[in-house]
Amino acid sequence: MADNTPAGSTTDGAIQVGGPQQPIDARVSAPASYDVADFPVPHGREEEWRFTPLERLRGLHDGTAVADGAGVKVEVTAPEGVTVETVGRDDARLGKAGKPVDRVAAQAFSSFEKASIVSVPKDTVLTEPVRISVHGEGGVAFGHQVIEIGAFAEAVVVLDHTGDATLAANVEYLVGDGAKLTVVSVQDWDPTAVHAAQHSALVGRDASFKSVIVTFGGDLVRLHPRVVYAGPGGEAELYGLYFTDQGQHQEHRLLVDHDTPHCRSNVAYKGALQGKDAHAVWIGDVLIRAAAEGTDTYELNRNLVLTDGARVDSVPNLEIETGEIVGAGHASATGRFDDEQLFYLMARGIPADEARRLVVRGFFAELVQQIGIPDLEERLIAKIEAELEAAVA
Amino acid sequence: MATLEIHDLHVSVEAENGPREILRGVDLTVKQGETHAIMGPNGSGKSTLAYSLAGHPKYTITGGTVTLDGEDVLEMSVDERARAGVFLAMQYPVEVPGVSVSNFLRTSATAIRGEAPKLRTWVKEVKEAMERLHMDPAFAERNVNEGFSGGEKKRHEILQLELLKPKIAILDETDSGLDVDALRQVSEGVNRVRDTGEVGTLLITHYTRILRYIKPDFVHVFSAGRIVESGGAELADKLENEGYEAYVKGGVTA
Repeated sequence: MADNTPAGSTTDGAIQVGGPQQPIDARVSAPASYDVADFPVPHGREEEWRFTPLERLRGLHDGTAVADGAGVKVEVTAPEGVTVETVGRDDARLGKAGKPVDRVAAQAFSSFEKASIVSVPKDTVLTEPVRISVHGEGGVAFGHQVIEIGAFAEAVVVLDHTGDATLAANVEYLVGDGAKLTVVSVQDWDPTAVHAAQHSALVGRDASFKSVIVTFGGDLVRLHPRVVYAGPGGEAELYGLYFTDQGQHQEHRLLVDHDTPHCRSNVAYKGALQGKDAHAVWIGDVLIRAAAEGTDTYELNRNLVLTDGARVDSVPNLEIETGEIVGAGHASATGRFDDEQLFYLMARGIPADEARRLVVRGFFAELVQQIGIPDLEERLIAKIEAELEAAVA
Repeated sequence: MATLEIHDLHVSVEAENGPREILRGVDLTVKQGETHAIMGPNGSGKSTLAYSLAGHPKYTITGGTVTLDGEDVLEMSVDERARAGVFLAMQYPVEVPGVSVSNFLRTSATAIRGEAPKLRTWVKEVKEAMERLHMDPAFAERNVNEGFSGGEKKRHEILQLELLKPKIAILDETDSGLDVDALRQVSEGVNRVRDTGEVGTLLITHYTRILRYIKPDFVHVFSAGRIVESGGAELADKLENEGYEAYVKGGVTA
């Protein structure tokens, strides 16, 4: 059979157990910090920047991008019982979920003027999602969003990114003890948008955090979903779905930092790519520190390359500093669209374009079902099919 | 009456050192209602014939013609051939993750019939066809061929045969890898379709075992890419007793 891995792809991956090597966070060029001045301007050869086309960041990385007031319009629609506030830089609730880990996130933290805080009081169970619409209006913006879920509260938050913008942002999720938060972040940008963001979750004792990242649009999207645990018994599920078209750069860099005993994490990202110079990057770092006994973690990345000319870099890293764990594993695979599947379906009378739709829908189906918000699932399926239509045409 | 006519068919595959000819002039006519068994040793080109008729892109037609009721089959795309009435039950059916059997069957039936079957009658039709093949109803919710046993895969192929009602059914080693019970149940499915008198069957097999359940009208011996002998059901008995040795030698020196 033909080699199933496209020429332009990497799936390095590593499992490191014990040993004297530096922890994942120490491999980056500067320690995490709120201050942009603590980070040197990246030149592109650093571990955390080596896949990113810096020239397409429109100055978010070197201080030349300046907010122009015409960046993005943020609208929050929240059900009753939810508090929505706009606060200044000195609000004590900002920055609690974690420090910015790269220069662009630090630039966003150093440059935003007003932050938005959405709070769900303790014990409040929302029956409707909180919807946060971030609509780009063509300018440059630095954003800061905090979503705070009180103890034993339950909420679903949908962050919807549309339009055109050059946006650097930090999003913080503070999930209280025993609380449940599902957050869906959709990057449905115009093809010209540039979006770099760090999503930091602090997961409380026995709390559940589910993140679904959906990236379709943009010229360059670079997201850092990160999870740390504030107490034992926490659970994080990180799902992602991306559809990378011709010329697009979509990068998802995850970190789950298990520094607390008896926490669980499950990561599953799936992407489809089509067209010349479509580039998807997936970095999955999972760190199990010596104190994190009883950890159970698994991460998976799958990529489906639909046409020639696309490139995938998929790098899972699992670092284990204690043997007293329940389980830890990772998997990464990148394959071309399977001509044998296409033949099988066509041999049953199904036309080629419909057969491709079936296969790609099937590839994403399991992940889409994890979202658990029917109208969003339908929208995503419709979007996937629209992407495929564009490819077939 | 539907007729598949294969005339002087030559087929090559791309090999490391250039194209390699596998079929070297196949002549065969299959009419609706007839059952032809094609038997031959491994590597004789039986499966190549099956996949070439279905239009697999791996095979290049270098000569000859294939027509179905006078229409040029070789000009048709894979899906057009299926819609024209050619069905290939595969030896190694392909897994399609995330696509359920029920979704697949309905999509396929819609394509073949030219309109979506009415939901109520369709559900009943599928359920009854599955019962006849001794298939668990839960099967419909599984993903196509994913984690299926050998027997389940073949039952699923014959289920499609029953539902899609082709004019010409090509069964590529449907008997391989089946235990006796599964072989009997799968054969019964094939016979139900044959008994309608509306399908011409091309039964490709290495073993004579399946011919105890499915009685062919004609038996053809395949060797070195063509039919080297044709006869009635009695030819299968001769193969059972004597094996393919005589044909293999003949094929190599020919």
